[in-house]
Amino acid sequence: MTRVEVCGTPLDPAALLAGLPPTGALATFVGRVRSDDGVTELMLEHYPGATERALRAIADAAVARWRLDEAVIVHRVGAMAPGEPIVFVAAAAAHRQAAIDGCAFMIDRLKTDAPFWKRERRGAEIRWVEQRGDDRAAAARWDQAPDESS
Amino acid sequence: MAIELLYFAWVREAIGTGREQVSPPDTVATVAGLIDWLALRSEGHARAFADRGRLRAAVDQAFVPLDAPLGKAREVAIFPPVTGG
Repeated sequence: MTRVEVCGTPLDPAALLAGLPPTGALATFVGRVRSDDGVTELMLEHYPGATERALRAIADAAVARWRLDEAVIVHRVGAMAPGEPIVFVAAAAAHRQAAIDGCAFMIDRLKTDAPFWKRERRGAEIRWVEQRGDDRAAAARWDQAPDESS
Repeated sequence: MAIELLYFAWVREAIGTGREQVSPPDTVATVAGLIDWLALRSEGHARAFADRGRLRAAVDQAFVPLDAPLGKAREVAIFPPVTGG
């Protein structure tokens, strides 16, 4: 089972956590706007329709590969301030390794497979964020055959 | 055939619109060919498409490489590498 959502209002990780099934293992991740290096606002643009389709594909792949009970991806769009959550990812499974790996897979694939673009503001200066090579490498590590031991 | 074009992030800003409808000639067969053809439309298009290495595309909402055929595409999106998560 998967739940994906693109959200224009602030995320509430506690409420999202409360909605997850009572499995033996639950891995979650919250990405937040960094307040270092002077960023005053982060704007997230996305491709409506294609974004939801991409999030669903990522969550479905995690459920199938790690036999998750539930996979959740909720991604914020629009303008947000330092410290605010950008994304909530959760993987619920019977055992810890599947939950942790499933969650890490979704986080990594979000960086490369979903049509979002970040624009940072530092006072009057505005700059589009460039994709990082290590994000591509992190996503590519899941390309190998699944580890059946997990 | 009419194609709905969508632009995002700095590609959208350089072109000055996020959406336009075009009817390229039959000789335009791939996404790269479409970009070549679009680059002639305005200075903004030329600027947005100057560095092909920084462009990514989707045809009917599925990510494709730039050499992908257009086929009977109804919606083509052109944008920078994604930076979500």
